[in-house]
Amino acid sequence: MNTVTSMSAEGSARAANPIDAANPLYRSRRQVNFVLLVISGFALAFGLFWLVWILGTLLYEGGHALARATLYYQMTPPPGADGGLANAIAGSLVMVTVGTLLGTPIGILAGTYLAEFGRKGWLAGATRFLNDVLLSAPSIVIGLFVYSVYVAQVGHFSAWAGSIALGLIVVPVVVRTTDDMLKLVPNSLREAAMALGCPVWKMVTFVTYQAARTGIVTGILLAVARISGETAPLLFTALNNQFWSNNLNAPMANLPVVIFQFAMSPYEDWHRLAWGGAALITLAVLVLNILARALFRKTD
Amino acid sequence: MSAMETGVATAPGRPTIQTAVPADNGETAAGLAELKPKLRLRGLNFYYGGFQAIKNVTMDIPEHKVTAFIGPSGCGKSTLLRTFNRMYSLYPDQRAEGEILMDGENLVTTRRDVSLIRAKIGMVFQKATPFPMSIYDNIAFGVRLFESMSRRAMDDRVEWALTRAALWAEVKDKLGQSGQSLSGGQQQRLCIARCIAIKPEVLLLDEPCSALDPISTAKVEELIHELKTDYTVVIVTHNMQQAARVSDFTAYMYLGELVEFGVTDQIFIKPKKKQTEDYITGRFG
Repeated sequence: MNTVTSMSAEGSARAANPIDAANPLYRSRRQVNFVLLVISGFALAFGLFWLVWILGTLLYEGGHALARATLYYQMTPPPGADGGLANAIAGSLVMVTVGTLLGTPIGILAGTYLAEFGRKGWLAGATRFLNDVLLSAPSIVIGLFVYSVYVAQVGHFSAWAGSIALGLIVVPVVVRTTDDMLKLVPNSLREAAMALGCPVWKMVTFVTYQAARTGIVTGILLAVARISGETAPLLFTALNNQFWSNNLNAPMANLPVVIFQFAMSPYEDWHRLAWGGAALITLAVLVLNILARALFRKTD
Repeated sequence: MSAMETGVATAPGRPTIQTAVPADNGETAAGLAELKPKLRLRGLNFYYGGFQAIKNVTMDIPEHKVTAFIGPSGCGKSTLLRTFNRMYSLYPDQRAEGEILMDGENLVTTRRDVSLIRAKIGMVFQKATPFPMSIYDNIAFGVRLFESMSRRAMDDRVEWALTRAALWAEVKDKLGQSGQSLSGGQQQRLCIARCIAIKPEVLLLDEPCSALDPISTAKVEELIHELKTDYTVVIVTHNMQQAARVSDFTAYMYLGELVEFGVTDQIFIKPKKKQTEDYITGRFG
């Protein structure tokens, strides 16, 4: 019976079939689609243009310095002399590492509290809000803060102070990404673990951390990338050092401040080193990201 | 009349799935009263905040039998299941009142750690939820929570659980692979294996086949049939044929109330209440 009615309906519908390329509704939809596609394409090209330009300039200007082996084993030179960035590279490595080691555990634990325990409570809400404020706080404020509570108290600049300032920048980034990534883990997975008679801490460490692992690591890498280039907080804390230093209690050279200092100078050879340092930071962050991605793609 | 034929006869026009599950007429003929109850519900109420989702349910769920809960969406059958293992305790705005007695202990008010209750009352969810770890660890994770054993004993336990869940043959060569790499039907059987690996006494199945294809469904149903020799199985299902095929006893729920509860054959052939009959014959629901 159904087929009979539909067949007769088909005959009358053929005269004004709405599913047709000439339908004005369909055509205007196609036009809007095309216009928006073109606009988004331009936006993409616009964004990429500056990015490629920046990267291109960095490699063009810094390429020469990067290719010279002296960059990696000689100390920062006085103007006019030959030299490298060895002390600044080492200092940056030390302070970024210590800063990450200080900030990451706090960030992950706080993010875990927000996503797994606090959830919708007022404490979690307030923490999230303050964390977002901290996340967008100018880094120079962090530098001044560490200067006043640490550097001014002990009476001298030091690599510890620099590491603490960098660690304070790491914390909100890691808190935010850990919170977000854990919230993406479906609740059914938590319930499944709890249904086995699992205590909450085991559920978090063995199930939800596992499920959110890639995202949490991405957050840590973002934080590393962010602090690798921070100049302002180090200016007030680690300051700089013309020489090699292994002492975390003394001022330590670091790439961002050296770049800042050398780029502002009138000397041509210092400029070249500054370009080299800038290119080096960018490439290091790039390589770190690519490595982490490759590593996690394999295990997932 | 077998349970499966009953399903066909009372719900005309609905497609039926052929399964290898044999209908057991002899066993289901036994009345509820003579059986030893595993879970005794007495005046159970349940609230989501201010909304009462379960209203004064009293019933006995018999040991080593399959009890099915049927009813339209939102009737409270899944909610009822989640009270048995205190799943609701995870959410502060949900609470239960009344009694769920298991071995003389009221699960609603007990002071014991809920983890111990949950280990005795396993649960399989509607959506397969393999943990993000290897197939082997998916099984071993739950076992390690309560037992420490040698690697060999653990190997045996994993094999035993996967064999019981009818999954061993398919995964024995890839135990190191991620549990999430399995197909939907295999994932659900993995979840059942994970659940029985810790040797619970009661098995709660919350629409375990709703996301599965007919072949996987048949496998899970066959499995349920085998499991009842060792476990008390409680299953929530939207599929009335499934309830007819796998269960010994069926409870029909509507708007949070237990309308009718009895031997499955009886519920499907000769329901006592008009409401049940209307639902089963498809006039309502």
